[in-house]
Amino acid sequence: MEKGYLVTVVVLIGVTVRWTVSLNSYSGAGKPPMFGDYEAQRHWQEVTLNLPIHQWYFNSSDNNLQYWGLDYPPLTAYHSLLCAYVAKVINPDWVALHSSRGYESQAHKLFMRTTVLIADLLVYIPAVVVYCCRLKETSTKKKITSLLCILLYPGLILIDYGHFQYNSVSLGFALWGVLGVSCDWDLLGSLAFCLAINYKQMELYHSLPFFCFLLGKCLKKGIRGKGFVLFIKLAFTVVASFSLCWLPFFTEREQSLQVLRRLFPLDRGLFEDKVANIWCSFNIFLKIKDILPRHIQIILSFCCTFLSLLPACVKLTLHPSPKGFKYCLVSCALSFFLFSFQVHEKSILLVSLPVCLILSEIPFMSTWFLLVSTFSMLPLLIKDGLLVPSVVTVMAFFIVCATSFSIFEKVSEEELQLKPFSISIRKNLPGFTFLPRIIQYLFLISAITMVLLTLMTVTLDPPQRLPDLFSVLVCFVSCLNFLFFLIYFNIIIFWDSKSRRNQKKIN
Amino acid sequence: MAVLRIAMNGGNWFSALALGVTLFKCLLIPTYHSTDFEVHRNWLAITHSLPISQWYYEATSEWTLDYPPFFAWFEYALSHVAKYFDQEMLNVQNLNYFSSSTLLFQRLSVIFTDGLFVYAVHECCKCIDGKKAGKELTEKPKFILSVLLLWNFGLLIVDHIHFQYNGFLFGLMLLSIARLFQKRHKEGALLFAVLLHFKHIYLYVAPTYGIYLLRSYCFTANKPDGSIRWNSFNFFRLISLGLIVFLVSVLSLGPFLAMDQLPQVISRLFPFKRGLCHAYWAPNFWALYNVLDKTLCVIGLQLRILDPSKIPKASMTSGLVQQFQHTVLPSVTPLATLVCTLIAILPSVFCLWFKPQGPRGFLRCLVLCALSSFMFGWHVHEKAILLAILPMSLLSVGKAGDASIFLILTTTGHYSLFPLLFTAPELPIKILLMLLFTIYSIFSLKTLFRKEKPLLNWLETFYLLGLAPLEAFCEFIFPFTSWKFQYPFMPLLLTSVYCAMGVTYAWFKLSVSAWTDPPVGKTKKW
Repeated sequence: MEKGYLVTVVVLIGVTVRWTVSLNSYSGAGKPPMFGDYEAQRHWQEVTLNLPIHQWYFNSSDNNLQYWGLDYPPLTAYHSLLCAYVAKVINPDWVALHSSRGYESQAHKLFMRTTVLIADLLVYIPAVVVYCCRLKETSTKKKITSLLCILLYPGLILIDYGHFQYNSVSLGFALWGVLGVSCDWDLLGSLAFCLAINYKQMELYHSLPFFCFLLGKCLKKGIRGKGFVLFIKLAFTVVASFSLCWLPFFTEREQSLQVLRRLFPLDRGLFEDKVANIWCSFNIFLKIKDILPRHIQIILSFCCTFLSLLPACVKLTLHPSPKGFKYCLVSCALSFFLFSFQVHEKSILLVSLPVCLILSEIPFMSTWFLLVSTFSMLPLLIKDGLLVPSVVTVMAFFIVCATSFSIFEKVSEEELQLKPFSISIRKNLPGFTFLPRIIQYLFLISAITMVLLTLMTVTLDPPQRLPDLFSVLVCFVSCLNFLFFLIYFNIIIFWDSKSRRNQKKIN
Repeated sequence: MAVLRIAMNGGNWFSALALGVTLFKCLLIPTYHSTDFEVHRNWLAITHSLPISQWYYEATSEWTLDYPPFFAWFEYALSHVAKYFDQEMLNVQNLNYFSSSTLLFQRLSVIFTDGLFVYAVHECCKCIDGKKAGKELTEKPKFILSVLLLWNFGLLIVDHIHFQYNGFLFGLMLLSIARLFQKRHKEGALLFAVLLHFKHIYLYVAPTYGIYLLRSYCFTANKPDGSIRWNSFNFFRLISLGLIVFLVSVLSLGPFLAMDQLPQVISRLFPFKRGLCHAYWAPNFWALYNVLDKTLCVIGLQLRILDPSKIPKASMTSGLVQQFQHTVLPSVTPLATLVCTLIAILPSVFCLWFKPQGPRGFLRCLVLCALSSFMFGWHVHEKAILLAILPMSLLSVGKAGDASIFLILTTTGHYSLFPLLFTAPELPIKILLMLLFTIYSIFSLKTLFRKEKPLLNWLETFYLLGLAPLEAFCEFIFPFTSWKFQYPFMPLLLTSVYCAMGVTYAWFKLSVSAWTDPPVGKTKKW
């Protein structure tokens, strides 16, 4: 490929931006006694290095679970252990038991940032490069521009390199899974996805589409013949990869149960802080968190999530296709984010990943969604002192998307993938031609509210009675946007193959 | 919506590139900054709080004002914005004052004044035609040129990390070059005169301007063989040019002449008390000369030709002290460097006079002139290489031969800037940005000239690839060896000598090409 050098250049741009963002502050910098996610990751290194494996998830005098106790699956713990070994070689003080609590220094920050970059370089970035190079029915130029846009997505950069987390690992594994499954390497794909789940339990948001897509594939091949063989193979891969990851915790029943309890803390409430989902937004009008008992909340959120993602999943199982799979990933992750129990604001990244994958198909809507998703994390980013890099990266992302995809020209019914939907509506309502225009106006309104709210949050002091006014407003506005997107993506999923069948009939 | 559509689309790749780099510069705000940050803060304070008569006498800080008056006025203008950010930075007594709003202001002032640079690049892009343009946007000379200029590695790290105001100064220079291309000679002369009174380092290329304007503007016609037609001399044009230069100088230096301070200003601008080489040797002829001297000295000692007791101690141990004493070869005086520089410049100037080739020939001589001064000048800073690199970018998209010189010159020149940034967090940035720029320039120019012979031969490729092990040794291996204490200056020495070879090679090739290029009639116009 003659344009190979452009791929290198684009990847280098992505890496450079990542590193420059990492020069900024991290969560909980200089804020004792609890600090933030940065300290959590460092603490996990300390715990995994100094304690035997069967004490990692248990409360003890050496492992106070109230202070950033390990609550991620085993792969994260192993990764922490690996980093801890390196840290110990460089400076044992960084990971000394007890005495290293709240350790902060320039050199340590550099070390931690480097671990994120290395993980990213090994898992996420190659996955994105491979995904973009394998995009079908697109020109080289479009492949490179989508690579640039995906790599510059500000949300992930700001959370991983600013706030400090290792989302690129789990998202990268999930992306390898998507790649594998879409290219019919089902076993490798499901292996990669199992690794993703075992790195971060939030990846369960993506699990249903994976399950349905693979099940659909099996059914398509015939459940009595080849399909059954495939199903057995898949089941074996999943069980094997899970048991490999969990091997040290299978020694006792109590071990596994304790890990599970740590991973799914049902006692932590319906939502935490300010999240742009239904429950937090609903909370403005009615304090459901206090009114309803805990188990009702769980059932309620479970039912809502289940109902909202059921249609898309059924559809995918009956008509499995790589394209439908990507859209189903978006809609399921979004349903989980909006309706499920105990959601973090950072979980929106799980929705953003599949949206990035459809960036080249519906550039206008995807760019819009990715902007909103970054905006929804604004209160968190401001708290971490990341305002300047956030604004800069968001603007850069918008400019790159707008110029390389010329998104404002791609707003016809066809390009918004709404043609089949509009046609079927027009059967009953002949004058239904204004949908694209409405969407454009909605975008304008949404963009203006986002800019205004950002300006207000930065410049104005909230009234004394309502100290959280702006962050609640940010969440509420983002939630409205997300609801709209949920409807939009479900429409696309439903009217997708109908149009194809119609086309076939015409042909 | 419609406005947005017009703003974002319509093939407006240039504004996307410019905005992109501007945003990237904003990301660099929290990076390391050198003492030049304090230098400029001090100048802000001096110009803001002292009367003009004190500007060139004030010496509370060691970083006294040593740029020409226009730059002082520029700082004066900036200081009136600065007071809204942080009043304290404008106090002369506040040495090494730092606050986050000071940082923000100073960084943003560089980013904003770079607007002029962006405009200049835009004008330069108009000067090159797109006849050879491929269908793809990324293969158009204009696109490549604007990336090479806007995303120039050297400018990014010198201005936006190390901290200086080169962006708008180079903007002035490129703009004046563009005006000469557009046959707006008087405007070009005016811009260059103004530039000289902003920063006098551009005096290095002043001879080229002088000769070019005299030969190609004041003489209006040539004989058919290209030699000069003496009777076509237009006296009015000469007068107008002289008047422009004179008026600009009066505006700049007049007040100081009136206050009888001119000698003081001059003594600040030209401090000849400094040594032949800067603390870190710029990769030029003198770096090679110093190394040759040292090698001869070592050989002489081995063969017992030299008497160890007569050799000055300092030159043996460190070598990178300000006053370098040569042991075998004759020591170099400022006068000697001046003579060398003039001799080196002469061919290019002769070329300009006897073989005028229009603006393109002028540009080539300008680069040659800048490069010659860099090669032989007294106390040259490594940053001065930008003076040759940026105009060279304009040449590089025009002809394959120039492109290959450009690649060697920029890569070695940019690499020689590495020691400017020595802090750990900036290490990945400089390596990544350098890779980014180098890979882009090599491959985009290769695609542009793919129909001609390869841009780099095997020796050049090998030499450029050698930079990678050099960097690995200097930054990653050397700090862990015992040499770190014995020879702390070794990485700097290696870097400067290795780069000096590349720069010298590029200078030599460019000089040869200036002489051997076919005269104007046979070259393609661009």
